[in-house]
Amino acid sequence: MAVSRPFAASFAWQRTVPYLLAAPLLIFMLVFYALPVLSMLMRSFFNPGLTLSNYTSLPDDVVFIKVFWNTLYTSIIVTLGTLLLGYPVALALVRTRRLAPLILIVIMLPFWTSVLVRSYAWMVLMGRHGLINEAMMAAGFLDRPMRLLNTPLATQIAMVHILLPYMILPIANALRQIDPSLARAASGLGATPLGTFRQVILPLSMPGVAAGTLLVFVLALGFYITPAMVGGPREITLSMLIAQQVDQLNWSYAACLSAVLLATALVIIGAAQRLPGIGNAFKMSAR
Amino acid sequence: MTSLGRGASVALTDLEKSYDRVAAVAGVSLDIRSGEFLTLLGPSGSGKTTTLMMIAGFETPTAGDIAIDGTSVVGMPPYRRNIGMVFQNYALFPHLTVEENIGFPLKQRGMPKPERAKLVGEALELVHLPGYGGRYPRQLSGGQQQRVALARAIVFKPRLLLMDEPLGALDKQLRENLQLEMRRLHADLGITFIYVTHDQEEALTMSDRIAVMNDGLVAQVGSPEDLYDRPSSRFVAAFIGESNFLPATVRGMEDDVVVAECEGAIVRAICPGRPASGDRVLLTTRPERLRFTDGAWSSSAPQNRMNVTVTEAVFAGERCRYMLQAADGTAMVLKEPSSAAIRRRAVGERTEIAWSVADTILV
Repeated sequence: MAVSRPFAASFAWQRTVPYLLAAPLLIFMLVFYALPVLSMLMRSFFNPGLTLSNYTSLPDDVVFIKVFWNTLYTSIIVTLGTLLLGYPVALALVRTRRLAPLILIVIMLPFWTSVLVRSYAWMVLMGRHGLINEAMMAAGFLDRPMRLLNTPLATQIAMVHILLPYMILPIANALRQIDPSLARAASGLGATPLGTFRQVILPLSMPGVAAGTLLVFVLALGFYITPAMVGGPREITLSMLIAQQVDQLNWSYAACLSAVLLATALVIIGAAQRLPGIGNAFKMSAR
Repeated sequence: MTSLGRGASVALTDLEKSYDRVAAVAGVSLDIRSGEFLTLLGPSGSGKTTTLMMIAGFETPTAGDIAIDGTSVVGMPPYRRNIGMVFQNYALFPHLTVEENIGFPLKQRGMPKPERAKLVGEALELVHLPGYGGRYPRQLSGGQQQRVALARAIVFKPRLLLMDEPLGALDKQLRENLQLEMRRLHADLGITFIYVTHDQEEALTMSDRIAVMNDGLVAQVGSPEDLYDRPSSRFVAAFIGESNFLPATVRGMEDDVVVAECEGAIVRAICPGRPASGDRVLLTTRPERLRFTDGAWSSSAPQNRMNVTVTEAVFAGERCRYMLQAADGTAMVLKEPSSAAIRRRAVGERTEIAWSVADTILV
């Protein structure tokens, strides 16, 4: 009696709309993502009866330990590589008005090509008679071709290349949000260009650095195609080990390894969220 | 706080700045005296901020020279100029506390921490914010942020302080308080202030001298009284305060006073030059300096008189404002202090007004 019916109805309807808008995606994700992941996790607890043996044996599993550390190590190197190469590019992207569109295209162009194609391209470049070896030999730096392909270095180079945009874009976004008058103020107050960068620009871009680092590291953890194609035969990553176990129809162990990979990524994301200053990285870069 | 000594003198000589061949500053020459509070006043796009940015070193002049204390600083990067600067949006470093913000210029100069803390404390006291050192800028109000910016700009004892519309983002009450504080700070420190604003009232209240800028040029430089009482151009007369403009024809000269015919009356005006008889000129006078005579008002000073018709009468509290029409149709404004004892004029009334010759300027 107090509230007229059309009003009450429209009010309830308005609150339902966001859920309805998200519903198709949520249902899709539930059916094709959440349920398969859940079933995979379930599988990891059966061997063949209900057991924790897959997990309890991991600490003593020499192959697993080696692969796990190799995966972490590769991810760290790749993350550092993208950071060192990406930060200056992000800075250039934000600072130069005329070159910015060109830089953006150069960054995004490989982004639109499949990872498979780019990994093949690296194979061509780094092969025994690839472009790099031929050029080095022609220039007289090498007497005979050096081994590049199927080494850890090859994996790292190719992964840095593929993951670079994920580092550049969040950093550029953070840099773009820094008020240009802050750099002027710093300079006017006596800070040299290097001092301005170190004391003002770098600290204020940390949310972008944190977001990019997290993104690249977590993506690098699960990389499969690139290390499988250009990496060394002995430097196996977790994802390669999983694929190998699946090939051998060792579903239960593969599921357990997948669970470990998923948990590692979640732990890192969770830890990053809790760090002061980095915790709101995503919030700040989304602003 | 210890004495800072006198401020820097700044000499701008034929200063120009063009962007893609469009001149933002088109030849500014200006001598700013040591210890002076000089305001660059002008509408947006007049080149006042560009001029300030060139003094600070953030913009490079296309031509001309900037000398501080007699030494040219063109080509010297901002971080070597030792000039304090306050920006309109405060430009406080958001990741540093108030203390760290104010200590920033001292840190750049390699001052050890204990000494830094002492000066920062003094600066905070000077801007009435003691105890705020540990806060972050976002935890302060706009007025407090601007005080921190001010403290940061003077803590390293520069001889020159530049301010780019520092009060533009604040509300009226706060703005007026800070205007007084800046005047006090200027008197205390004795350093040279160059202040940019588009607010003529702010310029009149605060400055020792004002340089009115228009279209990249200085239209007139002078004390607030100079500019208000003796504007040299129609632009200055219209931009600062309210003005009546009367087209007139020169009939002759009496010493420094020009005699002109205007709206069927003979009007005398102060004139710096010597216009020829028959020249078409423009006379200006301020609305609050006109009086209704009622055929009787007299004064020992020489006066101009004119017959007018009241076309609009507005009571605005402290004063009454009348729109008048002269014989030839020129519209004029007259402002009269309100009083219950003064008869209010009715629309359509035909009457006579008078004003001093000293308040009539040929522009």
